Amino acid sequence: MVDTIERSAPAAARDQPRPPRRRRPRREALPYLLLAPAILFELLIHIVPMAVGVYISLLRLTQFYIHDWRHAPHAGAANYRVALNFDHSIGKSLLHSFWVTVAYTLLVLVISWVFGLAGAVFTQHSFRGRGLVRTAFLIPYALPMFAAVITWNFMLQRDTGAVNHILVDQLHVAHNRPFWLIGPNSFVSLVIVAVWRNWPFAFLVITAGLQSIRTDLYEAAALDGAGVIGQIRYVTLPMLRPVNRVLILVLFLWTFNDFTTPYTLFGKSAPHQADLISIHIYQSSFVTWNFGTGSAMSVLLLGFLLVVTAGYLSAFRGRSDDYA
Amino acid sequence: MRSRLFTAAITTTLLAVTLAACSSSKKDGGGKDDHPTLTYWASNQGTSLENDKQILQPHLDAFQKQTGIKVNVEVVPWSDLLTRILGAATSGKGPDVLNIGNTWSASLQATDAFTQFDDAAMAKIGGKDRFLSGSLSATGAPGKPPTAVPLYSLAYGLYYNKKDFAAAGIAKPPATWTELVADGQKLTKSGHWGLSIEGGSVSENIHAAFTLSQQQGGSFFDDSGKATFNTPQNVAAIKQYIDLIQKDKITNPSDAEYSKGTEALSDYATGKSSMVIWQASAGSLKQLGMNAADIGVAPVPLPDPMPSGGKKVTSIVAGINLAVFKGSKHQDADLQFVKYMTSTPVQQALNKTYGSLPTVNDAYSDPAFQTDAVKTFKDILSNTAAPMPAVAQESQYETLVGTAMNNLFADAATGKSVTDADIAKALDAAQQQLTS
Repeated sequence: MVDTIERSAPAAARDQPRPPRRRRPRREALPYLLLAPAILFELLIHIVPMAVGVYISLLRLTQFYIHDWRHAPHAGAANYRVALNFDHSIGKSLLHSFWVTVAYTLLVLVISWVFGLAGAVFTQHSFRGRGLVRTAFLIPYALPMFAAVITWNFMLQRDTGAVNHILVDQLHVAHNRPFWLIGPNSFVSLVIVAVWRNWPFAFLVITAGLQSIRTDLYEAAALDGAGVIGQIRYVTLPMLRPVNRVLILVLFLWTFNDFTTPYTLFGKSAPHQADLISIHIYQSSFVTWNFGTGSAMSVLLLGFLLVVTAGYLSAFRGRSDDYA
Repeated sequence: MRSRLFTAAITTTLLAVTLAACSSSKKDGGGKDDHPTLTYWASNQGTSLENDKQILQPHLDAFQKQTGIKVNVEVVPWSDLLTRILGAATSGKGPDVLNIGNTWSASLQATDAFTQFDDAAMAKIGGKDRFLSGSLSATGAPGKPPTAVPLYSLAYGLYYNKKDFAAAGIAKPPATWTELVADGQKLTKSGHWGLSIEGGSVSENIHAAFTLSQQQGGSFFDDSGKATFNTPQNVAAIKQYIDLIQKDKITNPSDAEYSKGTEALSDYATGKSSMVIWQASAGSLKQLGMNAADIGVAPVPLPDPMPSGGKKVTSIVAGINLAVFKGSKHQDADLQFVKYMTSTPVQQALNKTYGSLPTVNDAYSDPAFQTDAVKTFKDILSNTAAPMPAVAQESQYETLVGTAMNNLFADAATGKSVTDADIAKALDAAQQQLTS
């Protein structure tokens, strides 16, 4: 590659007959050469698959064409029209699934964050056994996801699960054994399992953020008469703002796209009330051999997440200067 | 996480790359064309993937001794099999010979990725007439050359507990649904149920819906292959099945969350229920510790009187087919292997081990296939079993209607009443999602 650059140098020299002509192209090329592997892999890992996904969303790709998918007929925007036609069954169920996912994401996000903050503040000051408590808090996050969620599946079984055993047989809170894996309660189960799974991450990040807050700020606040609540409100939360900004975005994206939790908890077909969008798209593309429509739904979802992320980031851009 | 979602759409591409990488290794052992090395994807029929490998390996070794053709077997779990096959179909690179679920036959036939068993190919593997006609009916769309041959056959029967029946004073297994419900009510008492079902399983639900709809004279696709989900017969069939929980109360509402494909059978084997409608499973029942003397098998009941147009269908033609990948470079060797796998001694040995039924007539001469249970299943398979709709949209139909039934069962179990109108609405919504 270096050879090519050197050979082209005389051509550049004709236009610009200035002294440091032989070296300059080399020096200019070097950064690009160093970047090239990174750019190549970025293309391979991110850009090309995304472009293929967008391309597939414009095809009528069903089992008739997968053998020779490059020659699948073009569908134009038909896949998008189907996905966005909310009077039709496909669009209607996609919209339902979208709202279920929004509700699920908001609940999991808020509850995980509150638990994480409470846990981090609780373990902020040193006490006997703090390390042990912190470790215990992190266990759900450290367990392999599949093993953890399948355990919940067993616990939530109606007849043989531990949850109903405690609620019905021990505490007598409910008389008819409630269902947790089907029907309206399945949504509650899903939120509980996801919070259980995600809050340790919020705890971990907030704990790290708390380390950087100087203790003299708390002392100053205490001198000014701030109690525990006041200290959290006027010192902890403002100082955590940069950490929270990233934490909330990451939690939002993870939760919204969560596939493993619902798939492990409910299997291939999620209950109607807990039909998260990731499972829904999986079902409407892979399981029904309808890759074009599935890709269109994925692209729409990506677009939505991009808009939310961009909006979120730009909303905070102005404020970030205050703390810079 | 984000990439996982995308994967759903583009797995095909990624798989293509992976498979290309994997399958290139098979050339190493290849050598001359008369002694090629074949790759065989076997489905999981035994108790584990390793168990399958141990069962198959001696037969593959014997085949190599006979013909000089080496076969590398890979046992693919059911959760991955369809994905892997689709990946292979997309990339054109895959195994040489493979197992497919026989209900996928028509859908996979439409991909044009598999070798057609026309008359010439059939002659090479010993002719069409060797096979059980029931098994052969589930190898592709009618009128087109099949793209698979049957390997193991299975059928649904009604398993009942002889001891429970005797204790309740019931002399013989139910032959009609009215009798089944009456018997079930006699057998249901606190903590014990008449009949257990796998109400959260898409595939079990769709198989039941299909059989019951045939009995009502219904069908989910008309002769031209057009979907006809919402018909009075189909609604009646699904209602009858849901009513086992809702109205007859001979099935535990908890069965609505059974989705692992093992729970209803395990309830039957461990004495929590007296009946279950299941595929031949003598081996599993033994493993679950059920006393062999208590196990009785009968055909699934029929309606009485038969509705007009109703068919005497008590089971789907269930089973595993053997297909040859079109992209395989050793078609002759592939057919030799197919012939070997469907030969009488191999059929006898493998089906005996797996507890399934041979797909070739001659294999039934073995005394192991002369027991009452096997005779019952063979009789069902030859006389009262029908293949699932042989249309390209079959997999979609299974998923959509099966999922709708999961949700209807969930409604019935959680105390909402499921009416004919609810079922009709669910079937309409399912049909709208079918794409041609």
